[in-house]
Amino acid sequence: MELSGKKVIALGERDGVQGGVIAKCARSAGAEVVLEMTYCFV
Amino acid sequence: MSGIGSYPVISGVRFFLAHTPGLVRHGSKPSRELRKYPALMDEINSHLRTYRQALSYPPNRAFLGSLYPDDLTDIERPWFHVDGDAPRRQPHGEMMPEDELYGLLKISDSFDLVWLEQGFTEVTREVLSRHPLVTGADLDRLGEGQPVSAIEAQVADGETALPLHLEDGRLVGCVNRAYEEDATLTADVLLENLACKATAAMALRTLLQDGQVEPGAVDYILNTGEEAVGERYQRGGGNLGKAIGEMAGLINATGSDVKAFCCGPAHALVMAGALVTSGVFRQVAVVGGCSLAKLGMKFQGHLNQGQPILEDMLAGMAIMVGEDDGVSPVLRLDSVGRHSIGAGSSQQAIYEMLVSEPLARLGLGFAEIDKYSTELHNPEITEPSGAGDVPGRNYQLIAALAALNDEIDRSEIMKFTKAHGMPGFSPTQGHIASAIPFMGHAVDRIGDGRMNRAMFLAKGSLFLGRMTQMSDGVSFILERNPGAG
Repeated sequence: MELSGKKVIALGERDGVQGGVIAKCARSAGAEVVLEMTYCFV
Repeated sequence: MSGIGSYPVISGVRFFLAHTPGLVRHGSKPSRELRKYPALMDEINSHLRTYRQALSYPPNRAFLGSLYPDDLTDIERPWFHVDGDAPRRQPHGEMMPEDELYGLLKISDSFDLVWLEQGFTEVTREVLSRHPLVTGADLDRLGEGQPVSAIEAQVADGETALPLHLEDGRLVGCVNRAYEEDATLTADVLLENLACKATAAMALRTLLQDGQVEPGAVDYILNTGEEAVGERYQRGGGNLGKAIGEMAGLINATGSDVKAFCCGPAHALVMAGALVTSGVFRQVAVVGGCSLAKLGMKFQGHLNQGQPILEDMLAGMAIMVGEDDGVSPVLRLDSVGRHSIGAGSSQQAIYEMLVSEPLARLGLGFAEIDKYSTELHNPEITEPSGAGDVPGRNYQLIAALAALNDEIDRSEIMKFTKAHGMPGFSPTQGHIASAIPFMGHAVDRIGDGRMNRAMFLAKGSLFLGRMTQMSDGVSFILERNPGAG
């Protein structure tokens, strides 16, 4: 998937991959992160 | 060796479960969905479990101590297909049916917020009179009840009061809001807070009944739940701890609340240990009531899979932290790990601070911890809605750290998780499920020598309160008492 130039919503999970980590990866791939959140599903 | 400076001990751990299918509709997710789609009530009602099914459910039996968590791997899933007889009272606590829990809500209520129907009151009084932990004074607080017409009138507008139903749909009571102009004293908040008080108090009564510490010998109580007790000028004023202590007869104690999301109990245990080892107090009760808001949290996943709604349990816990008695497992205050503010929020950073750093500090290898006790949520609850196996993921992270530390090979990660982890079994009751559910088993097995040490690591999702993006975590080790021989 080509993320460069795309907008990304990074929804992460505390006990999985967190939102901040997803956002860092997306930004490093050239995406614009428009929302970055971590949720806890338990 | 007791006295100031010696390790505190955990002399007892007890739990309490109440099976409350009639309250599932008041969980946060079901209540919001029912407002949008009232017809969902029929589908919810047709997927509720009976008390007998909840009692024989293997994860609940592991929670109450009649099954060892590792033994769950020998029971074929889905576990909710297991049917059979199980005792109401198990080694670490009881499971109470919902009619009695409603009676307890009334007993816990000092402001006539809870109304129970007259006929239901009489029947419940008779049933509760046979409960070994319910007193004559408790039964007096049940009063005479209200006519059903009065209850129906209270719940009619959906704001003045919340209805209390049994699983069969009968309306048997209500919880009233305290004041129309106070958003923090609405009926749903008061129901949640009273349920917290009642479940924590029953866990504490069980602990006092079973243990060696008299109620009058307890100096302090720390409550650790995620409820919010207060009113409009002090929304989170708290100290439900003292109210719980009052219900348990702790006449010489005062208390306070420790608020730290799901990490609350772990913080409180460290604080309790510090209070004891410094000589400020001799016996400190650490308690936590239920998370009523989490009833039916994942009900949609359960309905989609055609399975019973498994989040029908309210859970409470009570732990006694006291002076070294030469026998009980010691709480190693020199083992405390903490996720510090400057550590960063990556999973690796959190686990390094909670696991790697304390182990290195004590000169212990990862495999020298017999069992790690972390997020212990029952995977059968979380998997149908896509949240996966939370304990499994946490144990793989711990094993991965052991591999990063060159203590095991990468190929041994799954073997490590099996040996030093366990299947999840806790109801999804927030602060109760984070590290604490294994504590009863650990105290038993460390106490009789089957285990040497266990590490408890809890995490808190502070970001949910929108005040910080941070998570939180605290860890500590329980170890065999050197005086135990």
